Amino acid sequence: MTNWLLLSGIAVVVIGFLLRLNPLPVVAAAALVTGLSAGLDPVAIVSAFGRAFNDNRYVNLIWIVLPVIGLLERYGLQQRAGALIARLRGATAGRLLLAYLIIRQGFAALGLTSIAGHAQTVRPLVAPMAEAAAARERPLLDRDSRDRVRAFAAATDNVGLFFGEDIFVAIGSILLIVGFFAQNGITLAPLQLSLWAIPSAILALLIHGTRLLMLDRRLGGPGGR
Amino acid sequence: MITLSWLYAFAGLIFAAYAVLSARDRTNGKRFGNAAFWALLALSFLGGDRLGDLGNGLLLLCLVGLAGFGALGRGLPRTTGPEEREALSARHGNRLFLPALVIPASTLAGTLLLKDSGLFDPKQVTLLSLGMGVVIALIVACIWLRPPPLAALEEGRRLMDSIGWAAILPQMLAALGAVFALAGVGEVVGGLAGRILPDGNLFAAVAIYALGMALFTIVMGNAFAAFPVMTAAVGLPILIRGHGGDPAVVAAIGMLSGFCGTLMTPMAANFNIVPVALLELGNRNAVIKAQLGTALPLLAANLLLIYLLAFR
Repeated sequence: MTNWLLLSGIAVVVIGFLLRLNPLPVVAAAALVTGLSAGLDPVAIVSAFGRAFNDNRYVNLIWIVLPVIGLLERYGLQQRAGALIARLRGATAGRLLLAYLIIRQGFAALGLTSIAGHAQTVRPLVAPMAEAAAARERPLLDRDSRDRVRAFAAATDNVGLFFGEDIFVAIGSILLIVGFFAQNGITLAPLQLSLWAIPSAILALLIHGTRLLMLDRRLGGPGGR
Repeated sequence: MITLSWLYAFAGLIFAAYAVLSARDRTNGKRFGNAAFWALLALSFLGGDRLGDLGNGLLLLCLVGLAGFGALGRGLPRTTGPEEREALSARHGNRLFLPALVIPASTLAGTLLLKDSGLFDPKQVTLLSLGMGVVIALIVACIWLRPPPLAALEEGRRLMDSIGWAAILPQMLAALGAVFALAGVGEVVGGLAGRILPDGNLFAAVAIYALGMALFTIVMGNAFAAFPVMTAAVGLPILIRGHGGDPAVVAAIGMLSGFCGTLMTPMAANFNIVPVALLELGNRNAVIKAQLGTALPLLAANLLLIYLLAFR
């Protein structure tokens, strides 16, 4: 007998996001209704929630880079990043992000996932560089276009990371797969898994790379929208 | 040996400083809300292991309450203006990149060189190297630029306030995943996927596996949560045992189908929502919108790759 009520938490999350409510209370409510429909008492739910929150503190460690980034911004780091690109002939937002995609994916494939990221590299360097490249051809870059360039900078970091890291044999997802199959009596070598991640990695590079080059055209000509 | 708890203490002290500086910041009408939020986060980093499970849960509920009732504002610490920054950037030149590049360079060097040094806990060497890079970069920047005292903390607080409550969303969603696992949500979803499967049609089975990985990842925000569920329900019994598919192909590309889902969901907050705050974008879904055009064709490609490569 399936307990369909267990899916109520998922419904809460979906509705909360659709209504654009503040996600923190939505997530807490989802945990509560899920726990209740599994027959847990509220104290047990809050305890389980608190324990998992504490166990996952490392997710939040990345914020320790902000004092450095903020301090350098105070002295003009973003302006410097823009100036560097503005002098580079032939640099466009799309080509620049394509270069970043290749670098990000390459390092991730070597297991070096934390050397770049939204706080460490995208905000201080990649986004201002891409923006400067876009603004060079289009002095009147409007806010929508500027936001689109920034959003693509973040998207490029994600795509490079996700479709690079699985080529590295000792990454979490590979170890998870090996562990899952070992429990089910099938022995898999991590190297086999990382080899089969390569076709998808190449396709990710081709698909996202093409979209990046198209981004230049979609932003329009000089001063255009 | 330096362990992760040192880094937690470092982060805790930074957030404690943000709390004190927020409380003193009269530019922020909601300064005590910010002070309370950062103080609770400091407590979590400094004393989380001594609070007990229920204590941590109550701490989390207080954070949720502050965010839910809109108690957080945005402090505006004194910083330099755009024209000043242009001038400063021209004066300091490309050397400004140096401290910024110290962080990735230290992370890289530490990960490669310090794993067996006995200095760092080998299991956490990358995060610890990142922390080392931050400390070195701070020292280099302070010696070279000679900023006013507290400037690094005030600039950090400026960025932290611009992120606000979104800063703890990734950690909360990870905690929600743990509650889902405890309640057995995965088994229900897996059973559902198994039930809608038509008999004997290989392509349909591959499609349900790949799309199910993506969909369940969209719901959970994490392909790691989706993988055991979907593979136990569809991948292992039907694709591998039933049709003789190569387990390495099914698993590797199945996981990457899940990653396509990660690109499309606000539940993967650290990848899709936090950058919206960091880059000050107007639309909360701007990053997801930029990723849809990559994620959907890539998901279709992964589906075909499993079908073509696993059953030769």
